[in-house]
Amino acid sequence: MKRFRGFVIKEFNHILRDFRTLLILFGLPAIQLLIFGYVVSNELKDIHIAIFDQSRDRITRDIANKIISSEYFIFDGYLDNTHEIDEKFREGKIKQVIIFEPGFGENLMREKSADIQLIADASDANTANLVVSYTSAIIQDYMMDLRKNAGAKMQIIPEIRMMYNENMAGAYMFVPGVMALILMIVSALMTSITITREKETGTMETLLVSPLKPIQIVIGKVTPYIILSFFNAVTIVAMGYFVFGLPVQGSLSLLLLECLLFISVALSLGIFISTIVETQQMAMFFSMMILMLPTILLSGFIFPVENMPEVLQWVSHIVPAKYFIIIVKSIMLKGTGMAFVWKETLVLVFMMLFFIGNSVRRFKIRLE
Amino acid sequence: MNKISVDIQNISKSYKDVKALKDISLQINQGELFGLIGPDGAGKTSLIRILTTLLIPDSGIATVEGYDVVKDYKEIRKITGYMAGRFSLYQDLTVEENMNFYATVFGTTIEENYDLVKDIYSHIEPFKKRRAGKLSGGMKQKLALSCALIHRPDILILDEPTTGVDAVSRKEFWEMLMRLKDHSITILVSTPYMDEAELCDRVALIQDGIILSVDTPGNITGNYEGKLLAVRAEDLYQLKKDLAGYEHTLSVYLFGQNLHLTMMEKNSEKDLRSYLKTKGHGELRIDQINPNIEDCFLDLMAGKERNP
Repeated sequence: MKRFRGFVIKEFNHILRDFRTLLILFGLPAIQLLIFGYVVSNELKDIHIAIFDQSRDRITRDIANKIISSEYFIFDGYLDNTHEIDEKFREGKIKQVIIFEPGFGENLMREKSADIQLIADASDANTANLVVSYTSAIIQDYMMDLRKNAGAKMQIIPEIRMMYNENMAGAYMFVPGVMALILMIVSALMTSITITREKETGTMETLLVSPLKPIQIVIGKVTPYIILSFFNAVTIVAMGYFVFGLPVQGSLSLLLLECLLFISVALSLGIFISTIVETQQMAMFFSMMILMLPTILLSGFIFPVENMPEVLQWVSHIVPAKYFIIIVKSIMLKGTGMAFVWKETLVLVFMMLFFIGNSVRRFKIRLE
Repeated sequence: MNKISVDIQNISKSYKDVKALKDISLQINQGELFGLIGPDGAGKTSLIRILTTLLIPDSGIATVEGYDVVKDYKEIRKITGYMAGRFSLYQDLTVEENMNFYATVFGTTIEENYDLVKDIYSHIEPFKKRRAGKLSGGMKQKLALSCALIHRPDILILDEPTTGVDAVSRKEFWEMLMRLKDHSITILVSTPYMDEAELCDRVALIQDGIILSVDTPGNITGNYEGKLLAVRAEDLYQLKKDLAGYEHTLSVYLFGQNLHLTMMEKNSEKDLRSYLKTKGHGELRIDQINPNIEDCFLDLMAGKERNP
């Protein structure tokens, strides 16, 4: 235990005395939060929707068919009551629910006006915006046709509601993504670099010729980064709350536990990288290529995974950040608990075990 | 009879197509200051890394204090103090922090073994708040040695500790090593500097992965066959060319201001002097001298080339 403490103290000294390390650890999060404040727009494809039709007449069926037959949406079935709406959204698959008021067709014919409600899952603000405007456009299109045939002035008034993110604030979307990115960089990049640095400067040679076990060396090097990354996670959540007004609907302790899990996955990845490469430069290159880019591009952080080519969708399944972002969004924005994120959590746990197992197996107790 | 600390039997080691060590056998006694002498690329570091359990030999057996370097590597790592070729210090940590770190790694404290390192550490203690990266080469070397000694090892293995260190520090360093013998620690030092060989109890001369000779420095120089002459003249370069062309010359090497010349037995100094006169060398001086380790090394190397 004393050995371990000595090791951790030494590691903290390295971190606190290196300006560049400090910059990456604490400068980067702030910069990234600013950069990703810009909302990136994108296209729609295969969005799952459900319809709650309280009228069930010819017109509502026509409108529904028109929406469903467009290439943007996949129809997941009719709902039977208002409770189901909430349930479906919490499951996370359905991005939009369309509600026709009772007697929709009758109202339209008799009073020349009827109400339709569009509810979108706005925890991904971008997609929600697009989904709603596409749907509105389709309904408008149908109205134009109807008017031509009937020759009368009629109107359908779409009422739009954004679930989970009423103000459509972009921060709701990017804070979980930035959190994933920062934790990934700090944890994976920094650990892979700090371990390869010892190889490069030759101090690893001396550490090997000592009674330290590989696992002691690795845990000793990694512990400070767990603490610092966790500190970063808390900072980001706090920043989201105080600066962007982003609430934490679900359990805060569950959120922090999931953060800790994701940090562990990233750290084990970093250790794994350091067992493959020999130099700091290679470690940096690997971390950037196989961790950072997929975390930004394939995690659903900026571009919806559903819109990607199939091959990239497969690749996205092995990006840890994807699962983490789903978990964070569920907990922070929808207020769901473990019951809804256990699958993603389990995936992350398996990833961590896989990388730790392989790292310990690959860790060289000698120089060759 | 001395007890054996390090026992090396028929060790070979290759890297891809380079044979670094060729069937080497060697014994080092307990409490001995043993020098592994040879030029760069001779195989010194490979042999040392095998003994420190960092490399696995292709064939052969080696033991340190009775522990096998492959099977019992964990035991060896507990009793070995190792100073790698590059000073393995944390440049961004202070002198004191480096010491404390290595002490805790081995489960001890500076205070516990202060008597052992005091002689060395006291030189750098005034700078204990200074970062290791800001120390001079000589001080880094003393710090690295202190770190290697802090856990009171049974055997101290140093890989070229004096390379890149100034002459004064080198001398001081060797004095420290010799004083360490009082603590009955076995010390194995590798060095490319031949003059350091004379400070060891015994040395092994190594070249191209082969051990040329193992003996005390005195015996090695004593066994030098033939007569060694130091020759000097105004034009050293021309003198070397002429001596190399002389029919009775066995070998001629440049040593500072002198040429060290070995001749085939029968020839006398008089013939040499008249030969050089005819070549027109002025200020000629010829003295018979005692060979040093480097002469012996060069002679052994040449002998190996003559009858491989």
